[in-house]
Parts: sequence; C-alpha cells; structure tokens
Amino acid sequence: MEDGVGLAKLIPPLAKSDWLKNNQDKVACIFRYGQKGEVVVNGVTYNQEMPGQKYTEVQITNIINYINNSWGNDFGVVTLKESTVALRNCK
Amino acid sequence: MRLTAILTIAILSLINTSCKDNTSTALPKLGFKKVVDNEEVDHIVKDWSFLNSDSIRVTNKDLSDVVYVSDFFFRSCPTTCPKVAREMKRVYTEFESNPQVKFVSFTLDPKRDSPQKLKEYAANLQVRTDKWWFLHGDKDETYDLTGEYLQIGFEDEDAPGGFDHSGKLILTDKAGHIRSFSEGTDPDETPKLIRDINTLLKEYESKN
Repeated sequence: MEDGVGLAKLIPPLAKSDWLKNNQDKVACIFRYGQKGEVVVNGVTYNQEMPGQKYTEVQITNIINYINNSWGNDFGVVTLKESTVALRNCK
Repeated sequence: MRLTAILTIAILSLINTSCKDNTSTALPKLGFKKVVDNEEVDHIVKDWSFLNSDSIRVTNKDLSDVVYVSDFFFRSCPTTCPKVAREMKRVYTEFESNPQVKFVSFTLDPKRDSPQKLKEYAANLQVRTDKWWFLHGDKDETYDLTGEYLQIGFEDEDAPGGFDHSGKLILTDKAGHIRSFSEGTDPDETPKLIRDINTLLKEYESKN
C-alpha cells in the first residue's frame, strides 16, 4: 500500500488516480462512510466495497493531503474547515 | 598468554562459522504438544471441512500432498486484511508455478462472505481458486479453527469492521504441523516466510 498502486482488481490505485483527481469533493465522506458500487479508475472498473472508519476531521484532512501529494500526485491541499464542511454534508 | 589468545580467537571463529550454517536447520513444529499414549505429540491441525468458492466441500485431507499458507480474513475488513492479502499474493506469485504449494483463506464473516462473494473476491484479486482456496463455513467452527492455526479471531463490535483477528500467514506442512509464520501486515517479514517455504519443500525432496 505504501506505493499507492492498490491491489490487483480489488483495490484501485491512488497514485496518479484520475478518479481521485476529479472527485475531491467526495473523498472526505468516503473515508468516514465508505463506498459501494462500481468505480472506474484510470480506465479499470473496480467493484469492492470500501468500509468507512471513525476517523476524525483532523485525521481525514491529513490523509487527504497525504494522498493528494504523494507518488507524483499534485491534487492540491484541503483545509480542516473544508473537510469539516464536506463531512457535515455527506449523503 | 599470546598463544592462548590466538587459540581462543581461532576456536571462537570456528564455532561462529559452523553455527552460521543454517541451510540444514529444519523448521520447528510449532504449537502446544499433547500427550497421547504416554508420548509427547506435536500439535497437528484438527480435521476441518468447509465449502470452497465453488460451493464444493473440501477438507484438510485434500491438502495432504501440499504445503500451504493460510490466513483468516473477511471482505469488509478495513485495516489488516488488505495488507495481509497483498503479502499473501506476493507469496502466491513466488510459488505460482509450484503445484506443491497452496493457499487457504478462511472467512470470519460467513454471513456476508458467501461462496459466491468469495469467488468474486478471488477474481478481483486475480488468483486461481484451485491454488488459493477461499473457504466458507460455520462461524463457530471457523473461530475454533483460528486457535488450531495459532491465530486469534472473534467478533468484537468495538474492533474496526466488527471482528478482532490477527493477520498472520501460517505455513502448514503435509502432515498438518505448523512450521512457520509471518506477520502479514509487515512486508519485511514476507521474504522470511518465502525462505521457510523453500526450506520445507527441500525437506520433502531430501526424503525421496
């Protein structure tokens, strides 16, 4: 997991992930509540449920900033305020 | 005085080199020994019977001609399982073309991990299910089996995912003895498990 490439067709990559780049608004909620159903990342379809976890707003902000800026990713930085607002509005 | 010193160093370095010769060291048989008919007997995994991902019943006896690496997992596991699956796959890839090595994953969550779901999981992990078995069975029997494999596994609503379990990869030989293990969440331990599998395979080779 350290290299951000995921695991076969079970877990999609985070490194250079087009999905991550284009869905920044969804990421915080996914960490808290998980995600079900199909997701297409870099042209490959994945369909394995990701469980959510009881992360705090601070932890989620830090994780997002980490994955946004590791492995060659350059997807920006989120603030604690932005994460908190996003988490309040999860569907 | 000087002669003694030289001799001591010479003897010590001899002992040192012969102790380093680990290639002929056999793997231990792990687990608590039992006394049967007044004799100490090594721990052997007790008989089990589960459904594989094609819903066909398989037992430990079907593994008596291979050595196998096993773990306990569940599909919705958030923390340890993805890491353990990754390491298990590393070992799988290493021995992919060796029919003497198999892999067995037991689900701790038979309610949600049906054989059909396990089959999908295996397909996504991109592994052959004749070589890496994903087994489904009675919950109590499975939890009981974790002890047989010297692992831990039980339901705990406070644990992430609802199940508390250890992430070890356990190596079992053809007679059901546990011979080695690695911590599945630590990639640095995987090479040692691979070495131990090779040591175990050599043990069988030399017996022929």
